[in-house]
Amino acid sequence: MTDESKYPGKLIAVEGLDGSGKSTQIYLLKRWMEMQNLKVFFTEWNSSVLVKETTKKGKKRQLLTPTTFSLLHATDFADRFERQVLPLLRAGYIVLADRYMYTAFARDIVRGCDPRWVRTLYSFAVVPDITFFFDTPLPIALGRILSGRPKLKYFEAGMDLNLADNETDSFKIFQGRIYEEYKNMVPTEKFVVMNGLLPVEKQQLMVRKFVEQKIDLPSFRWRGKR
Amino acid sequence: MSALRKGKRFLSTQLPGCDPSELQGKLIVLEGADGSGRSTQIEMLNAWLENLGFATANVGLKRSTLVAEDLDSAQQGNILSHTTRGLFYATDFADQLENQIIPALRAGFVVVADRYIYTLMARDIVRGADRDWVKSLYSIALVPDAVFYLRVSPQQLVERNFKKNATLNYWESGMDIGLSRDMFESFIKYQRLIQAEFRRMQVEYGFEVINGNRSTRAIANELRTKIQAILDMPTP
Repeated sequence: MTDESKYPGKLIAVEGLDGSGKSTQIYLLKRWMEMQNLKVFFTEWNSSVLVKETTKKGKKRQLLTPTTFSLLHATDFADRFERQVLPLLRAGYIVLADRYMYTAFARDIVRGCDPRWVRTLYSFAVVPDITFFFDTPLPIALGRILSGRPKLKYFEAGMDLNLADNETDSFKIFQGRIYEEYKNMVPTEKFVVMNGLLPVEKQQLMVRKFVEQKIDLPSFRWRGKR
Repeated sequence: MSALRKGKRFLSTQLPGCDPSELQGKLIVLEGADGSGRSTQIEMLNAWLENLGFATANVGLKRSTLVAEDLDSAQQGNILSHTTRGLFYATDFADQLENQIIPALRAGFVVVADRYIYTLMARDIVRGADRDWVKSLYSIALVPDAVFYLRVSPQQLVERNFKKNATLNYWESGMDIGLSRDMFESFIKYQRLIQAEFRRMQVEYGFEVINGNRSTRAIANELRTKIQAILDMPTP
């Protein structure tokens, strides 16, 4: 992977299961930074306009295999990385990423892709300065998703893996396996583990404190410097 | 190739859910630039094979159900960065590999590929992609039974492209990498870079170079002789 200190900007990623609370946390972090007048940019997994239609078509018509699923997400990632993340890091921004390459590592490996192949696929990416992993026990994360939004989509539920004959059961098994993959990455990828059971505001204060200690935030202000 | 080897194998990465040893057909690849005579030769090959009783299937670049259309429109707008473009093409390749090439081989077809991973790899590498990254990306490809590279001098290619379209193609001229602002000059430079990459791969992947500066008939005859040797010819 590319050396993280090569660019003047900083990259912060959040990872975790669906329902782990990571999106809420990164949103609050972004708001906090904006209110401090920092140069901040937010990017989200699977959001590139470029491959949106293809992904939609592939999912709707169930054309995707583990390999094309993986490659399509890598294309999406590359598009956002080459056009936004990297230029902004070079321009001295703080880039916040809701899910990063570790999401692909977890999901694609659960889907049966060769782990070394998947990791090499993303070797062009910059390693984040901080990666927060929101560790929310599986039943809690499942509960949040299954109560709030009961209609699960085919690939989201991991139905392509033939784990169970209904979406809910399949989703539970699928998420359980992803959770295991995440746990395996904690030491190797130097994740900062956050206790997802704590109240939202308490977690957020811990996140902010950690970021403040690691990054010289005032140097990223719009005005003041230069 | 060896008559002892049954079935196929992947370059170095196993695709989930596929046992390549059960694939009985043949995979034949034709590589070469636009204007190298590739399409003409493939058409003739198809007819020849079918005449012999072989079922054939054709694949090529940017022909997948999944991404061909969107890849095309993305290229029109020229909004793709190099890695993104490379990965989009890899997705197109993987879709055809899993949904066309592998099923056809399983059914015992002769699959004729109008270009394969080698063109894709050469394009990426010429655009600055890391060689090992590209090799890993395409390590999921099946090893073909034969690869023929139609080599035509850049000058000849220019002539043939002008004769056919009266213009040079933007991408085939490598205009996106800024070798020269002059399209003609860029075309020559770009094709030389690609050819150098093919020379390197020829050693590594062991494919056959066919002198494409000759007549259509002469090339077709050479291809038939070489392909005949790898097919299990039906005995009457």
